[in-house]
Amino acid sequence: MQHKLRSARGSARLRISIGAASLAVAALGVAGLGSGAASATSSRATSHASAEPWAGAKTVGFIMVGEESDEGYNQAVYAASLRVKKDLGVTTLLAANVPETQQVTTVMQQMVNEGAKIIFATSYGYQSYAYAFAKSHPKVLVLHQGGTYTGGKFPANVGTYFGEAYDPVSLGGMAAGAITKTNKLGFVYAFPIPQTVDNVDAFELGALSVNPKAKTYTVATSAWCDPLKQKSAAAALLSQGADVLTQHQDCQSTVIEAAKAAHAFVVGYHYAAETLDPSGWLTGSVWDWAPLYENIIKTAQAGKFTGSQYNGNFIGTFKSGDNPLTLAPFGSSVTKSTQAKILAAEAKLKSGTSIFKGPIYCNSGKVLVPAGKTATPAQINQFTCFVKGVVAS
Amino acid sequence: MNGFEQALTTGVEGGTIILFPALGELIGERAGIVNLGTEGCMLAGALAAYAAGAATGSAWLGVVAGLFGGAAVGFLHSWLVVKQRADQLASGLVLWFLAIGLTSVLGTAYVSKTVTALPIVTVPGLGSIPWIGPILFRHDPLVYASYVLVPLVWWALYRTRAGLVLRATGERPEVVSVAGRRPDLVQIAAVTFGAGLAGIGGAQLSVGYVDSWFDDMTNGYGFIAVAVVLFAAWRPILVLLGSYVFGVALAAAAVLQAHGVAVNQYLLDTLPYLVSLVALVVFARGGRSRAPEGLARALTNTS
Repeated sequence: MQHKLRSARGSARLRISIGAASLAVAALGVAGLGSGAASATSSRATSHASAEPWAGAKTVGFIMVGEESDEGYNQAVYAASLRVKKDLGVTTLLAANVPETQQVTTVMQQMVNEGAKIIFATSYGYQSYAYAFAKSHPKVLVLHQGGTYTGGKFPANVGTYFGEAYDPVSLGGMAAGAITKTNKLGFVYAFPIPQTVDNVDAFELGALSVNPKAKTYTVATSAWCDPLKQKSAAAALLSQGADVLTQHQDCQSTVIEAAKAAHAFVVGYHYAAETLDPSGWLTGSVWDWAPLYENIIKTAQAGKFTGSQYNGNFIGTFKSGDNPLTLAPFGSSVTKSTQAKILAAEAKLKSGTSIFKGPIYCNSGKVLVPAGKTATPAQINQFTCFVKGVVAS
Repeated sequence: MNGFEQALTTGVEGGTIILFPALGELIGERAGIVNLGTEGCMLAGALAAYAAGAATGSAWLGVVAGLFGGAAVGFLHSWLVVKQRADQLASGLVLWFLAIGLTSVLGTAYVSKTVTALPIVTVPGLGSIPWIGPILFRHDPLVYASYVLVPLVWWALYRTRAGLVLRATGERPEVVSVAGRRPDLVQIAAVTFGAGLAGIGGAQLSVGYVDSWFDDMTNGYGFIAVAVVLFAAWRPILVLLGSYVFGVALAAAAVLQAHGVAVNQYLLDTLPYLVSLVALVVFARGGRSRAPEGLARALTNTS
């Protein structure tokens, strides 16, 4: 199956063909026939030249799992690809709506056929396909967004990267804690995976730093985007007294609309949605991938990728200055003094302090981070307990 | 509002999203045709409603568009099955896939659009009754429409000539034929109308309840609607019960968590399915109703 790629200026017609192609693959997949896309093979001759094969690369591919205008995760990737194209003058190849199946291999092969030397596979589920492709294509640099390579020695042409979400999320928690009248904050999430647990904990810790009475009430929807469940969750949290809602979901407008209708406040995630609810919007954590993408591409173009920090499991942080998750603009309801407090806290995080500095207790009473200690990123990525002040079942 | 009331209130609102497509599916199945594409009809309705609502600024025109969006998919299904002799189950599933793909492509532009949702209208008098008022009479008008629709569908099916013809078509199309009626047209009309109701269910989701559009936003609730019809033994009143029980259980899962009641998340997820199943098995037992005969033949492929 030919998966049409398009340049950043491609027409809408091509997008339709991509949608139709993924539909067809979905149909075939469910019918149990499989997509039949053979995994790409190529010469395995390894180059012994000293220069990295992607040095001076002029073409970069970006593969997205969803729509490039989803007002969320994928749109952020798309927006960053436009910035990369503009700032670095490279040709970008985009493929949207590529399912997490063998089809991603086909797309990567097509991108290589069209001259791509660097490919960003931006969905978590692309992980195994991306690594396999990198193995069979040692001359192509494959970067995987959100994954963690655990296969032993890091291949020379692979990198994974992501951002530290809990830093900006803790700042959003401060905005929520400062404005709440009921001292009840609502958090809608999908699953208690470490990434989400970190966010809930950071949100509550941020809120506690400005309001010792703030409690975070949580509802899990067991889905990344199920508007019906999101609405039930928001309604339940609002009727229970929460006057600020936040979330860790892929699609956020249902919760924002629910908060708006109830005249409650919102801390966003993924993208700045203050236009949806200008008076209710406080702030949020929004993606800005461009600086990190550009750093990676520039490193590769200079032929210095292998052995660099990006040739590993890279996490951009406030401290390192290239955290792809940034603090969203403040809404009109956030007072000047709260804004100042939040910006001061942001500056502290950027200078290297951590929101996870002990003593921190789980809501069961167990010690999560002992006094005098600061949790390491590795420990944080294994958090399974909600901190004291989070009300969760 | 306490948690109990909250669960019931949200449950009625959410249950209505199941109720419309389930009633529609009941009508189609009574005429002998299963529409596994109900989920697709809901998606088409949800997007059509949201797009029309965004374009015109009126959620009501959105509801009308939702009706037609769902009906269009349903008409295609009935035409394929009745006129082209396509396999019912395959046709329904294919149309579901088609609807996912088409709505995902066409819907891209609408993810970022906003629509003024259907208003919440408190019924004068009734809305002030303690308990009952907030739970039943403070909703958007489509919820009230569903209150009227359930007895109306019952009456039309069991007390009118047209209903008799429809049910006869679902049992023995030959007899209907002999009586000088066109069973094929009856089936096409029933399935198309039922799919239109599924489209309204989609509209209730996108412009009534959650006020947003996302890819594949129905998340399988169309299949729940089909299952509810089955377990309700093709009886409108039990379809109503099943839809509400599902909606309330779904809402209860959120309410319990919001109150910090320690229940396993994944157990809560199974609650709506488990409770509706048990409720319908208990209530549907011993009824006179059974599967339309034509339907049984269609499902076992022994026509």
